[in-house]
Amino acid sequence: MKTIFEESVPGRKTDYIPEPDVPAAPADLAPRERKLRLPEVSEVQADRHYTALAKETRGVNGGFYPLGSCTMKYNPPAAERAAALPGFTGVHPLQEDGTVQGCLEVMTLTEKMLAEITGMDFITLQPAAGAHGEFTGLLLIKAWHRAAGEGQRTKILVPDSAHGTNPASAAMAGFEVVNIPSDENGCVDTAELKKRAGPDTAGLMLTNPNTVGLFDPNIEEITRIVHDAGGLNYYDGANLNAIMGVVRPGDMGFDVVHLNLHKTFAAPHGGGGPGSGPVGCKAFLADFLPGTRISEEDGGLCRREAPARVGDVRSFGSNFLVVVKALAYILSIGREGVRETAAGAVLNANYLMHRLRDAYPMAFDVPCMHEFVMTLEKLKEETGVSALDIAKGLIDRGIHPPTMYFPLIVHEALMAEPTETETRETLDEAAEAFLEVLEDAKAHPEEAHLKPLTTRIRRPDEVKAARKPVIRYDLPD
Amino acid sequence: MGTYVPDTQGEQREMLGACGFRDFGDMYAKAGIPEKLMLRTLPGIPEGMSEMEVGRRMEGLARKNRVYGAVFRGAGAYRHYIPAIVGEVCGKEEFRTAYTPYQAELSQGLLQSIFEYQTDICELTGMAASNAGVYDGATAAAEACEMCRDKKRRRVLISAAVDPKTASVVRTYAFGRDAETVTVPERDGVTDQDALEKLIGEDTACVLIQQPNFFGCEEDTARAAEIAHRAGAKAVVICNPISLAVMKTPGEAGADVAVGEGQPLGIPLSFGGPYLGFMAADEKMMRRLPGRIVGETTDMNGERCYVLTMQAREQHIRREKASSNICSNEALCALTASVYLSVMGPEGLKKVALSCRAKAHYLRERLAEAGLEKVHVRPFFHEFVMKAPDEGKVRAILGALDREDILGGLPLGDGKMLWCATETEPRGSMDRAAAVVKEVLAR
Repeated sequence: MKTIFEESVPGRKTDYIPEPDVPAAPADLAPRERKLRLPEVSEVQADRHYTALAKETRGVNGGFYPLGSCTMKYNPPAAERAAALPGFTGVHPLQEDGTVQGCLEVMTLTEKMLAEITGMDFITLQPAAGAHGEFTGLLLIKAWHRAAGEGQRTKILVPDSAHGTNPASAAMAGFEVVNIPSDENGCVDTAELKKRAGPDTAGLMLTNPNTVGLFDPNIEEITRIVHDAGGLNYYDGANLNAIMGVVRPGDMGFDVVHLNLHKTFAAPHGGGGPGSGPVGCKAFLADFLPGTRISEEDGGLCRREAPARVGDVRSFGSNFLVVVKALAYILSIGREGVRETAAGAVLNANYLMHRLRDAYPMAFDVPCMHEFVMTLEKLKEETGVSALDIAKGLIDRGIHPPTMYFPLIVHEALMAEPTETETRETLDEAAEAFLEVLEDAKAHPEEAHLKPLTTRIRRPDEVKAARKPVIRYDLPD
Repeated sequence: MGTYVPDTQGEQREMLGACGFRDFGDMYAKAGIPEKLMLRTLPGIPEGMSEMEVGRRMEGLARKNRVYGAVFRGAGAYRHYIPAIVGEVCGKEEFRTAYTPYQAELSQGLLQSIFEYQTDICELTGMAASNAGVYDGATAAAEACEMCRDKKRRRVLISAAVDPKTASVVRTYAFGRDAETVTVPERDGVTDQDALEKLIGEDTACVLIQQPNFFGCEEDTARAAEIAHRAGAKAVVICNPISLAVMKTPGEAGADVAVGEGQPLGIPLSFGGPYLGFMAADEKMMRRLPGRIVGETTDMNGERCYVLTMQAREQHIRREKASSNICSNEALCALTASVYLSVMGPEGLKKVALSCRAKAHYLRERLAEAGLEKVHVRPFFHEFVMKAPDEGKVRAILGALDREDILGGLPLGDGKMLWCATETEPRGSMDRAAAVVKEVLAR
């Protein structure tokens, strides 16, 4: 496949705007002297180029996409349509409040519903992604302790099963990370937690269900231990799809949460964004929320900056169009749909796990929540076939592989999250494929290392890419 | 009512049975959820609606917003013409619904598009290396500051001529890192570089300067970079991507890192998001770039292909030692920018830049004739500050313009307004705006 630069022919172009109907400005700026070597293609070439790229990109529309921890559910076009309305796309963020009542209403409606679902008192829609939300939530915790004269609380407790963004966010917020080991059931070791929670604890970051797909039965004890030590509890909402409408983080002892609108609330992943990571908090933290607060005044909605706010985490108020999609989704599925979604997600995961558990060792052989983790450690020891090999084998069967090598507490891990939008027959067919790939790999281990066989590109050399990075096309002068 | 759970109740009953669950309650109980935590219902969420009803509701909300016919406000978000093909390409379901391309064999199209985007950004900025994008221009500036920090040098100098929203985000991120920020004063609409020389020191990580700056004025970025380097610090230039078609690039000015807001490259105003932060650095700083980066390599058959690379910087590998926690690269927005640049090409982008300049200069003259006072008499790109006699007049001007379906300049306080004109404004709408201003000032 050629790059767009290789398709360029000097002089090719399309005219999209007219010549200016006013005189040219004086040439009084220090000019760009370096040639601008952007692609020079006709529109038909661009159209074909991106069509070819789309053909080599796998979306949820292309088939089963059981990436654990990512919630690759169906993204409704109805939400896209709402986000494309000119009444949303054409609005400048710095228009007067009176001229953006629709946008402000979208935001307050979404805030209200997310608060209801999470059991929080207030929501900010400013963070642009889950990790961004984590960072924001941690800043709230930091500001709270500082304001209370407890600046010595410099440590954040993070389970060793946590997603990498958790410790990374804690570091960005200036905290030291203390790892909490998981017990043999994959859950937080409460004895270890008790040992480490103390006067230097700012808080705990946790997701429940956790990254091995299990609901931690000790959750209330865990949050109490941290509160007793004077710390706050942060809920990583990446796995909310398992519990929304069923249990609420606010009822489990959490003080701050973040949500992923691009996972749980069906906004599309876009190949890596844009997402949206709203943060919710209990009332005692609300003064510190970043950005502006929307309130009702004189019969209309308006934006006000909270004076004690922790700052801003991006220029404007939210990844607004992503919020629009999430709102359309919640309005569509409604009160019962929220619960049905979670129930369907958990059922589908259990069903797929059930179909696979005789052949694939499960990291924890108990009923799961919305995702489950398989371990191929024994397979690797006995045959040399790795989780990676199995994953690549699934590609030949038209299935996007599950998440590989995460969480770190399971060796040769494959984590599958089917989501609630998959049909039973999809799960049955997927199970067949998983079982056949495993059989095949056991019978012919050497061949397993050569999969996939059916794709244009096979086993890219990642070592070479990292050692001598080539990260832009080498343009001729 | 609308639900995306496809299986019928009968099918679900069978599946529950296959798993050994009596019903959903039993499923949750066996999955370890304590009975006392379980909700009965969610009273605050309304009942579900059909797609048609949801559509009506959303349209109703959209109608409550004003979308102006003429837009003379920028300040970090700009209305530009978006070619139809941009929406067409970015609406493709494969691009829209794909995940991050961790499985390279299934994502060559997406990976290549990011590689092309990275090349575009290097070209625009004149820098050697680009990442795949971050949340927005302001967070890009904040991440750039962290790139420049080391054990000894942690303080960041931010020009007062940088967009206040960007400065706020930089300070918020600095609060996270317990690092200090210092404001370099502005004088007559540009960074006071004499003051900069006095403020910079051995503990300075970098200088943050914006080009064109918040007031629209051209900065002497080369001089700022030179001052920074002499003091052993780095220069971070926040730039407008459209302006890079005609203005001296950060690379040519000697910047160590170039960042900016990519929204002008084909992304609609969208009430502020989602937008796109671009980040580019010189060769020395490449490995300090946060976020995703796509690299070229070969596969087992020697075929050219693309992969996510240098992942050892990132959160999923380094965890608390990662250069940033960022996971997303605003991928679909980066694709949007790349498609826009592909079809605009160098001539098209230059035309947009020159048209913006021409319109803005024309508007400024007409507004001056109408009675507003020019504030900075300096070279500017497409934004400029004008002064009205008092705040009352500013409100009256904006109200009168509003009635003509025109969004006027951003009020800055003290009678000042920040005006902007892009290639989308016909001469007639600028004449009309000036006529309205003239009438208000004459009252």
